[in-house]
Amino acid sequence: MTQFIFKRLLSGVITIWFIATATFVAMHAVPGDPLANDKAVAPEIRRNLEARYGLDKPVLQQYGIFLSNMLHGDFGISFTQKNRHVNDIIREHFPVSAVLGVLALIIATVGGVVWGALTAVYRDRWPDSVIMFLVVIAVSVPSFVFAMLGQLGILAMNEWLGFSLLPVAGWGSFGHMLVPALVLGLGTMAYLTRLMRSSMLEVTSADYIRTARAKGVSPLRIFFKHQLRNAILPVVTVLGPSIAAITTGGFVVELVFAIPGLGRFFVQAVQQLDYTVIMGTTVFYGAFLVFMVLLVDILYGFIDPRIRVGQVRG
Amino acid sequence: MTRAASHRQRSGRNRGQWSLLLCLLITVVSAAVQATDLDYQSRTVTVAMSQEPPDMNAITSTDAVSGMLLGHVMEGLLRYDPNGDLVGGVAQRWQLRDDGATFWLRPDAKWSDGSPVTAQDFVFSWQQAVTPAVASEYASILFPVQNAQAINDGQMAPSTLGVRALDDHTLEVSLHQPCPYFLGLTAFRTLFPVKESFYRSRGSRYAAEARDMLYNGPFALTRWVHGASVRMEKNPHYWGREHVWLNRIDVPYITEDPNAHMNLYRDHKIAMASSLNSESLEGALRERMQIKSYLDGAIFYIEFNHRDARVTRNRNLRKAIQQVFNTDDLVYKVMGSPGSFPTYTLFPRWLKGKQDFFVREYPAQKPELNVTKARAYLDKAKQELGVAKIPPISLLADDSPGGQKTAEYLQTLLGQSLGLEIRVDMQIFKQRLAKTGSGDFDMVVSGWGPDYEDLLTYGDLFASHNLNNRGRYRNERYDHWVAVAQSSLDVAERMHAFDQMQKILFADAVIVPLYERGNVYVQNPRLQGVLRRALGGDPNFNYASIQPEVSVNAETSVNPESRLNPKTRIAPGSGLTPNAHRGAGVILEKEP
Repeated sequence: MTQFIFKRLLSGVITIWFIATATFVAMHAVPGDPLANDKAVAPEIRRNLEARYGLDKPVLQQYGIFLSNMLHGDFGISFTQKNRHVNDIIREHFPVSAVLGVLALIIATVGGVVWGALTAVYRDRWPDSVIMFLVVIAVSVPSFVFAMLGQLGILAMNEWLGFSLLPVAGWGSFGHMLVPALVLGLGTMAYLTRLMRSSMLEVTSADYIRTARAKGVSPLRIFFKHQLRNAILPVVTVLGPSIAAITTGGFVVELVFAIPGLGRFFVQAVQQLDYTVIMGTTVFYGAFLVFMVLLVDILYGFIDPRIRVGQVRG
Repeated sequence: MTRAASHRQRSGRNRGQWSLLLCLLITVVSAAVQATDLDYQSRTVTVAMSQEPPDMNAITSTDAVSGMLLGHVMEGLLRYDPNGDLVGGVAQRWQLRDDGATFWLRPDAKWSDGSPVTAQDFVFSWQQAVTPAVASEYASILFPVQNAQAINDGQMAPSTLGVRALDDHTLEVSLHQPCPYFLGLTAFRTLFPVKESFYRSRGSRYAAEARDMLYNGPFALTRWVHGASVRMEKNPHYWGREHVWLNRIDVPYITEDPNAHMNLYRDHKIAMASSLNSESLEGALRERMQIKSYLDGAIFYIEFNHRDARVTRNRNLRKAIQQVFNTDDLVYKVMGSPGSFPTYTLFPRWLKGKQDFFVREYPAQKPELNVTKARAYLDKAKQELGVAKIPPISLLADDSPGGQKTAEYLQTLLGQSLGLEIRVDMQIFKQRLAKTGSGDFDMVVSGWGPDYEDLLTYGDLFASHNLNNRGRYRNERYDHWVAVAQSSLDVAERMHAFDQMQKILFADAVIVPLYERGNVYVQNPRLQGVLRRALGGDPNFNYASIQPEVSVNAETSVNPESRLNPKTRIAPGSGLTPNAHRGAGVILEKEP
């Protein structure tokens, strides 16, 4: 097990280095000038700005400086938000994305498992058709549509009630998170529903279920003890990447609901060619994703006794 | 089912109910905590911002959002009053001469820590702004001051800047040539004071957080959660605190999404929603909200590349394009951007001339639309260029809706009427800037916003020495008139110079003016005295107040002029009433 973790950690570090290098190359290849502003600046001021951000050095040297700073855990100062360290930006805004993401994931997982199980139980009957129809909508409609609809929904509800039950936008309380988390988790929930459904159907026709039925075990017990528990495994597998996707992919939701998450800073940095923020957030997200996948791999061994990676050789 | 089992199930159901109740409670509590848009009792106004302020250090700051906040928390020697006129800020009296200026500071002007604002604080910030290592992008705004340019070029020491503190309350400025618009510059953020001891104590963290700044304006930043919220509270040490009605300006929402602003406004969470797009405007009209608009100062135009290698250096080709371009069509039929006005000159309608507005005293020449004449110009152009057909012309534009629509309109128009092939080069904003800067275009859709209250902030754009003259237009006569406007202290002479500039721009078809950008917004009618303006930070609440709640719902009364018929909006004089706010060009400013 230790060896496995060590190996995976090593490959994780290489992955992160690769992500960092690829981003660095892509960023410098993208046309545009990070220091360009509406108004022209004198060549002298331009030189001073370049010196300030280290852009006066050859690209290869910039890459070296970046790598060495990265090893020290320092991503530098933002180009667009003067006086702000990229580390501070990540530290202040990632927790917001994380809280929202975890809530979204809980909603998505619980919803996905429940709906998926329901569709399997009522296979080819109307609850199955209705839920699967909604799933197709949830998968295919982009999240900004749901975000806007969600916000309009809150507004309509508040107007109908005559007072603000839920805030339309903003951040700070549980009420602020509810609808954004739902919108954010919707896509994953739909995906998990489909996964859960097929996984449940597969399990239903398994031998041990037939045996249990033959033994006269109550249907409820079969459902919870045997079907659900076995069917949930594939769902756990995709949770790792889903966590990363949800906590990092909330740009639109953050924008619509005025949530100070990291996703907004990430996308804005790309739009404005803010080199240091692009590098910092990409490497951070990359590391986060690698870590989550590793964590799920380890957890998997605990949930399913058949898969103990360390014991494969023995 | 056994009794125990049924009990378990019941208690489970109870737990479910409790947790549901708890959830509801949390939501209700969280909702109760939310503030409303206006609170008369605590004198608080709540608004939203589009962006996290990128740079609150006035010496280096360049963007609009920081400028809006700085307009509340800082004050220069002079400031703009509610009518857009320059009045005393930190300075009580002043004297502008040919060779310099003297400012006498208020003894009661104080920083938010209670210490006095001294002349030395101005000397320090001005020196910082021109110091090369500080790399302030607005250093050039100080160039009228003696030695500023040489210092910024690294040829002289910052201490040689032509500004001295004669004593704590007297500031002496030396100008290297007469500068008629210098007083306007002192209201600009780059010239705001900074207390040296505080600045040095914060090092690179100055202005990074609310506590890392010292304030001398009507308000002080008391809370700044990055990306989330900003709070400004009345500065108890501000010299003019009796004239500030509001106690607090709350900004708990930061998002670029205009629909989110509109939804927050409709939910009575913010008192104002700006930059309405056409959809939210339709909604607002349906709900019979009162619509307001103002000009934000930006002028848009098509700029030609006058470099030797470009076909657009040919005057007859430019004249041909000028002769068919219908600005009215573009603004009203193609762009459909509410609040914007077509324009035929580089100078905006809200800047003063001799007595009245400049555009009224010196009306711009409107090109007569004439395809036959245009074709004649085009034939001449072909002859001069020695070609049978004009080679494809590249039109650079950014991927904003305005840029896209203008480019598409131009492509169709010039293709159909003149048979010109236009290749649209659509780029993201930063790349558009980079390509404009390096001269990689034949035509480009550009915009310009003012820095100070004078026609020169637009007029010197096409002087041959100006770095923002991206098309490298060179004309000695134009340069001459710019020089006159830069140094003459005689208003009539200066206005004549500006008129000559606009005549040259037209005769030479240096640019094709497009429109003055308008911003359409809704605002709670109980909120009064908010300034919407092109200079000094927008919006501004320094003079704002809240009306107590009344039973009549003011929002249901509709101002007939606010109906979005462009024809009624440009009714003669609607933007040019003598009482209209000078700095703002408020057009529909009419309370029910």
